[in-house]
Amino acid sequence: MAEEMRIVLRNYGKIDPLKIEDYIAQGGYKALEKARSMSQQDLIAEVKISNLRGRGGAGFNCGQKWSFAYGAKSDVKYVVCNADEGEPGTYKDRLIMENDPQALLEGMSICAYAIGAKQGYIYCRGEYPQVIDILDKAIEQATAKGVLGDFNIEVRSGAGAYVCGEETALIESIEGSRGEPRFKPPYPPSQGLWGKPTIVNNVETFANLPAILENGADWYASIGVASYPGTKVFTLTGDINNRTFFEVPTNTTIRELIYKFGGGIPAGKKFKAVQIGGTSGAFIPESQLDTPVAFDNMSAIGATLGSGAVFVLDETRDIVDVAARIAGFFEHESCGKCAPCREGTARIAEIMENINDGFGDLSDLALLKKLGRVMSVSCLCGLGQAAPAPVITTIEHFLADYQAKIL
Amino acid sequence: MINLTIDGINVSVPEGSTILQAAREVGIYLPTLCWHPDQAVKANCRVCVCKVEGNRLLQAGCSTPVTEGMVVKTKTPQVIEARRTILELILSNHPQDCLNCIRNQNCELQDLANEYMIRDNPFELKVRGYDLDRSTPSIVRDQDKCILCRRCIDACSVTQSVFALGVEGRGVDSMVVPTMGLPLMESPCVLCGQCIHACPVGAIYENEQIDEFLAAVADPDKIVVTQIAPAIRLAIGEEVGMNTGELPMEVFVTGLRQVGFDHVLHTNFTADLTILEEGNELLTRLKEGGTLPMFTSCSPGWINFCETFYPDLLDNLSTCKSPQQMFGALVKTYWAEKMGVDPAKIYSVSIMPCTAKKYEASRPEMNSSGYQDVDLVLTTREIGRLFRMSGMDFNQLPPSDFDSWMGKYTGAAVIFGATGGVMEAALRTVYEVVTEQELKDVNFTGVRGMEGIKEAAVDLNGTEVKVAIAHGLSNARKLMDQVRDGASPYHFIEIMACPGGCVGGGGQPITKANKKRAERIEAIYVEDEGMPIRKSHENPEVKIIYDEFLHEPLGHKSHELLHTHYHAKNKKYL
Repeated sequence: MAEEMRIVLRNYGKIDPLKIEDYIAQGGYKALEKARSMSQQDLIAEVKISNLRGRGGAGFNCGQKWSFAYGAKSDVKYVVCNADEGEPGTYKDRLIMENDPQALLEGMSICAYAIGAKQGYIYCRGEYPQVIDILDKAIEQATAKGVLGDFNIEVRSGAGAYVCGEETALIESIEGSRGEPRFKPPYPPSQGLWGKPTIVNNVETFANLPAILENGADWYASIGVASYPGTKVFTLTGDINNRTFFEVPTNTTIRELIYKFGGGIPAGKKFKAVQIGGTSGAFIPESQLDTPVAFDNMSAIGATLGSGAVFVLDETRDIVDVAARIAGFFEHESCGKCAPCREGTARIAEIMENINDGFGDLSDLALLKKLGRVMSVSCLCGLGQAAPAPVITTIEHFLADYQAKIL
Repeated sequence: MINLTIDGINVSVPEGSTILQAAREVGIYLPTLCWHPDQAVKANCRVCVCKVEGNRLLQAGCSTPVTEGMVVKTKTPQVIEARRTILELILSNHPQDCLNCIRNQNCELQDLANEYMIRDNPFELKVRGYDLDRSTPSIVRDQDKCILCRRCIDACSVTQSVFALGVEGRGVDSMVVPTMGLPLMESPCVLCGQCIHACPVGAIYENEQIDEFLAAVADPDKIVVTQIAPAIRLAIGEEVGMNTGELPMEVFVTGLRQVGFDHVLHTNFTADLTILEEGNELLTRLKEGGTLPMFTSCSPGWINFCETFYPDLLDNLSTCKSPQQMFGALVKTYWAEKMGVDPAKIYSVSIMPCTAKKYEASRPEMNSSGYQDVDLVLTTREIGRLFRMSGMDFNQLPPSDFDSWMGKYTGAAVIFGATGGVMEAALRTVYEVVTEQELKDVNFTGVRGMEGIKEAAVDLNGTEVKVAIAHGLSNARKLMDQVRDGASPYHFIEIMACPGGCVGGGGQPITKANKKRAERIEAIYVEDEGMPIRKSHENPEVKIIYDEFLHEPLGHKSHELLHTHYHAKNKKYL
C-alpha cells in the first residue's frame, strides 16, 4: 500500500540548491509569508494541530515546545537547528541541507517568528564541511534577498563528539564549552542557549514546516499514523539491496521498508535483525517487522525511530560481535560527565568483549541486564539512557547467539 | 508554597526547591556525592535518584525542582538498585585501600559504600594506575581516587577564580587535571587547598609531613619549637571529638608538649607585631604618597594569586612578611639570643590552618635568620592526627602556659583568623597611634562576617581612611580589577584567600559547608572578647622586642627580618 511521499525532500533533484530563485520559483518562502500574516498564537496553534513531532528522536510535539518558548518572558530568544548528524548510517539531514537548504532556513524563520527570536544557529556536524559551505551560501542569498527579515542565522560546527547531538550538549558547545549535557529541567525552551529561551529542533523537523503552513495542519495531520503524522526519511544500510534513502508516510511498516523499498536481503539470504534509529536503536527481530514506523508504535516494541537509520543484518551476521562493537562505540563517545554512563558504558564494552571472545559466562548476561535497567533510567542524558539498548535487545531476541559464545 | 508527598509524607516547600531540599525538610536523607551545600548543582553522580510518579526516568533529587502534587518515592526497589549499581560502578575503579587512605572514616564514598552495603562488587576492580602528583610542597593529587564529581573544579573556578583544574579526556578516560594536563605546580594553582575541602574522597589532600616532625622530635640535637596560628585553637577540637572552640588554649598547649614540642610559642605574637609594622607602613604610605591602596600580605594563597594574576599590582602589597615568616625569622635570631640557644639547633615548626603556608615556608628568600626560617609546616588536620595517635583525652589533660618570649598575644591577634580580623586589628592600633586618643569601642563590627566584600571608613584626625575586605579569591578579583582600572576608592584592603579567612583555610578540619566557617568565626570573637588586652600595640612582649631588638617599626632590623619582596610568577596558560 505504502508509496514514497516526499515532503521534506519535495525539492530534491528539482532545484539548484545554491539558487534561492529556484526555491522561490517552487513556491518557497510563501509559507513564511503566510506565517507572518498570522498571530504568533495562531501560528503555534496551527503547528500544534498538525501534530508535527520532533524528528530528532525524542518525538516531542513541536507546537507545544514552541508554546513554552513563546510563553517564556525574555527579551532575547534563540532558534537552534540541530544538524549534528552523527549517528552512523544516517544522512537524512545532509540530504535536506545539500539539496534544499532554503527549506531549512524557511522552517527556522517560521519558528523564530512564532517564538519571537531574532537570532538562529545551525549547529552542523563538523565532518560535513561541504554542507557548511552550502548553508553559508544559502544564508547569504536569503539575507541578500531579504526573505529572512530581521532574523539572523549563523552556522556553528562541532568537533566530532557524538554527544553534541544531545540538545543541551549542543548548546554548551555553541557557547564554547566542552560538549556535555546539562541536567533537565530546566529545558531549553525556558533556559537554553546563554540561559535564554531556546528552541532546538532537528533539520527534518524544520524542513516540514513550510509544507505544513502551505497545505494546512489538517492535511499534515492526516498523513500516516495519527499519533505521529507526516513522513519520515529513512536511510537504508547493511545487508539490503537498495542501500539508499526513502521518505515514507509513518504508517509504513518496517517490513515494507526492508522488502518493498529496500528490495529485500541480497543473495537470497534470510533476514536476521534490523536496527532502526542509529547506533543506540533496538535490534528488531522478524516477528516485529509489521510495526509501523511511527514513534509510539516503535516505543511499544521497545524500539525507537531515532534518526531514521535502518541497519539490516542477514542471517550470516554475528550479532554478538555487532553488539560488542556498538558497546565499544558508546564507551568511546560517553562524555564522562555522569557516573552511570561513564563507568557503565565502559563496563558494558568490557563484558561484551569478554563474551565475544569466548570468555563470558551466564552471570555476565545478568550483569548486562542490570546495567541496562539502571542506565536506562539513571543516566543524565539520552546517550547513556539509550546506550545499553542494542545489547539488551540482542540478549532479549537473540539469546541463543549469546549462549553459543558462552557455552 | 509547593505541596508534594515524599514516601507518603506531605511536604510544603517554597517554589524552586529541589526534591533533595524537600526531602531533608521531613528528615529523609538522600545519598549524595557531587552535591555540595555551597556550590551549584551538578547532578553528575546520580546517586540521589528518586522515583517520581509519572516519569519513566528516575529523577536526580539534587537537580529536580518540586512541582505541585508531585509524588516522590525515595526507596523503591528500582531506586535502591540504581543507587547501589552506580556506587558499585564508581567503586569498581576506586582503590580499595581505605585503611591507608588519608580520608579513612572521613570519606563520603566510604560512608555510602557502607550505607548501601556494597560487599561483592560484581564489576572487576580496575584501578587506573596514575602517578601521584607531588609537584607542590602543599597539595598532593591522587587521580586514582578521583570520582569525577567536579566539586574541586567548582571550588577552584567559582569560589577562587583560579581555574587551575578542569576535565580532560572523555568517558571513562576523563580526568580532572590541572591546566593543560600540567603538574599542579606549573598550573596557576595558588595552593589555597579549597579543593581539599570540596573533595568527597581522598583524591586531593595536604602534603602530610608527620614523619618529618617525628624524626625531628627523635633527634636529641634538635630543639623543636612551635608556633600556632590564630585560627587553630578553635578548630582543632573538631579533630579530637570536641565542638568548635571548645578546646581551651591551655589544654591545647599541654597537648602539644605531650606530642614532643620542646617550646610552645604563638604566631599571635607576630600577628601583633605585623599590626605594628603593617600599620606604620600604611601610615607612611598615606603620609608620603606611597602606592595605595595597600594590600595585606598575611595570606600566602593570596600572595600566590597576586603574583600569578596581578603581577602589575605587587607594589600595592604590604612588604610585611606573614606572621608565620616573621615568627620564623625571629625565633632563630631574637628568641635564640634570649634563650641562649644555638639557632642551628632550632627546628621551627608552625601549625597552620593553611596548605599554602607549606609553600611559603619553602620559598628560597625566607631565610633572613641565616637558616630556613620555618623548617616545617603542619596543618590543623595533621596535628589532629598526631593528637589522635597519641591517645590523649583532652577532657582530662591539665592546662599549661605558653613558653616565655613570643608566646604573649592580644585579642587583636586572635581575630587574624577571621575575615576582617587583620583589618580590625590594624584599625584598633592605627586609630590610637594617629589620634593619640583611646579607642572607646574596639569592636569594628562592620568589617566582620561572611559577606564576600565588606567596606568601612574610619576618621583619623580628619582624614577619612577607606578600607575594604575580601575573602575568597573571586571576591578578591573584583577588588583587584577595580584597582587595576584605577577606580578603587580604598586606602587599605585586606584579602584572605580562603572563604571565611583562615578559619576556612585549606589545612583546617575538612569543612564541607560555609556554615561551619561562620561557626568558627563566632568562636574567634568570643575568644577576643575574653582577652585582657585587645590592641596589638599594648602587647607587653611586643613593646619589649621593640625596646630590646627591633628598636622601631619599619626600622633597619625590621626590614632585614620582617619584610620581603614579591615576584611575578609568569605562569603559562592563565
